[in-house]
Amino acid sequence: MSEKKTNRRDFLFTATYAVGAVGVGATVWPMIDQMNPDASVKALASTEVDVSSLTPGKTITVLWRGKPVFIRRRTEEEIAEAKSVKMEELKDPEKDEDRAKNPEWLVMLGVCTHLGCVPLNDKGDYNGWFCPCHGSHYDISGRIRKGPAPTNMTVPKYEFVNANTIKIG
Amino acid sequence: MSDQEYIPKSKFGKWFNDRLPLLSLASHLTDYPTPKNLNYWWTFGGILTFCLITQIVTGLTLAMHYIAHADMAFESVEHIMRDVNYGWLIRYIHANGASMFFLAVYIHIFRSLFYGSYKSPREIIWIIGIIIYLLMMAAAFMGYVLPWGQMSFWGATVITNLFSAIPLVGEGIVTWLWGGYSVDNPTLTRFFTLHYLIPFLILGLVVLHIWALHVPGNNNPVGIDIKKPSKDTVPFHPYIVIKDGFALLMFMIVFAFFVFYAPNILGHADNYIEANPLVTPAHIVPEWYLLPFYAILRSVPDKLLGVIAMLSAILILAALPWLDTSKIRSAVFRPLYKQFYWILVADVLILGYVGAMPAEGLYLLIARVATAYYFLHFLVILPVLGLKEKTLPVPLSITDPVLGGSPNIAMAKNKESLSQ
Repeated sequence: MSEKKTNRRDFLFTATYAVGAVGVGATVWPMIDQMNPDASVKALASTEVDVSSLTPGKTITVLWRGKPVFIRRRTEEEIAEAKSVKMEELKDPEKDEDRAKNPEWLVMLGVCTHLGCVPLNDKGDYNGWFCPCHGSHYDISGRIRKGPAPTNMTVPKYEFVNANTIKIG
Repeated sequence: MSDQEYIPKSKFGKWFNDRLPLLSLASHLTDYPTPKNLNYWWTFGGILTFCLITQIVTGLTLAMHYIAHADMAFESVEHIMRDVNYGWLIRYIHANGASMFFLAVYIHIFRSLFYGSYKSPREIIWIIGIIIYLLMMAAAFMGYVLPWGQMSFWGATVITNLFSAIPLVGEGIVTWLWGGYSVDNPTLTRFFTLHYLIPFLILGLVVLHIWALHVPGNNNPVGIDIKKPSKDTVPFHPYIVIKDGFALLMFMIVFAFFVFYAPNILGHADNYIEANPLVTPAHIVPEWYLLPFYAILRSVPDKLLGVIAMLSAILILAALPWLDTSKIRSAVFRPLYKQFYWILVADVLILGYVGAMPAEGLYLLIARVATAYYFLHFLVILPVLGLKEKTLPVPLSITDPVLGGSPNIAMAKNKESLSQ
């Protein structure tokens, strides 16, 4: 290889490209970032739900950040069924205890982890939920058992503000 | 491109043409030498141009009345249907126009597949065409979201969620596409913007598509290279203009039938229910023209692989000029390819049918077999066939077999007896 001396012009080219790249990046980024959730969307981060009217075996659906959240008050049999499932049978192994801190209450995003449809209550082969779009079956703990969905339905951050009120988010 | 230099007759024409050669361009387009044996399958280029212009004109007028807001979009579409003068007509033309556009584009694509129009030296025309097709699907999908009905909302949810299959960054991309944590008003406004933009991108690509076409000239049913101009060609005007015009009239009869007699037959009743983020319709299906790809998506039991299979099914077409190893273009002279061609047509129709059915039991099995065959056709059958197939002798010119003066007279007679 012939040795090439770095001269003044090479330095100016490199410096111009570098500054130009930074300039283009700084101009393009606002154009891209404007599409991300804005301040008003982010502000609606939490929802409080009164669950006093919910009887065992019933599910209500509430809207949180534009997404449905299932709140199910489970019966004794349902809790027993959810706890009896062996980890080897699960596609996305997760203990029921980790999903429902208070086993009577299951709170999770009512969004199928396949392509985002809302699964139907009390349907499917595992007495839980069934997604009508592409046929994913979830059990009574909201865990994926059959179908194309890769993971269990997501449990959002939530807490009991008092005995009758759940705060999601 | 033009073989002779064009000189305008009038003095003003000459003055203008020296400064902006628009008249030379017009002359090139009218005199453009076209193979004289083009059949009616070649008229769909003109029909597609008509479809694009129709969508742009009706879309512009709809945009004068439509309101891109999650609270008002559904109502504004009903307002167009009930209150706006001829709003129903314009909207039905636009909605059915999308279906007609896809009908024509599928015929156009399958014509290329049969006559080998994608082969050298027309690869760039073909690839531009595939890009146009992808943009058409994007435009159609976003347009379907705008009325903000149940199918709009859940179609948008499902399709945007396809991106969540991408490892690591998928969820972030989906949130970015939505502009929130679910499909909502920010999604609607950006879809409206892009839906408005894409047709003009397509228009630009159509210009490139035609430009690239005018370099080698049209392929033809015999699929051989021809001299231009020669006894094998006719000028575009008036011969092809009249033929394209007649075909367009026939096409418009079909178009008008849907607009006036069955305007909702290709749509879904669920889309006359306003979008509800709490309830997914029991049976989600995309518009008919996306069904084969939807069937491929659902036939793979893994989320990421399903998305990859669906995208590959479309993108594999771009590699077609290199996957098809046969030097002979037209299926007329490829007896085996001709049979595989029709099997592929049937395969795609079957995929379309099972795409509309629930993904379970026998339907799922059929979808899986048909998906496997689709890829087998492009990845195995085509490359091998080009090397193994014994093709029929190809005539030396378009005119020769007709006049009986060619060494391929036997072939020409054989073909005649086959077609009877």
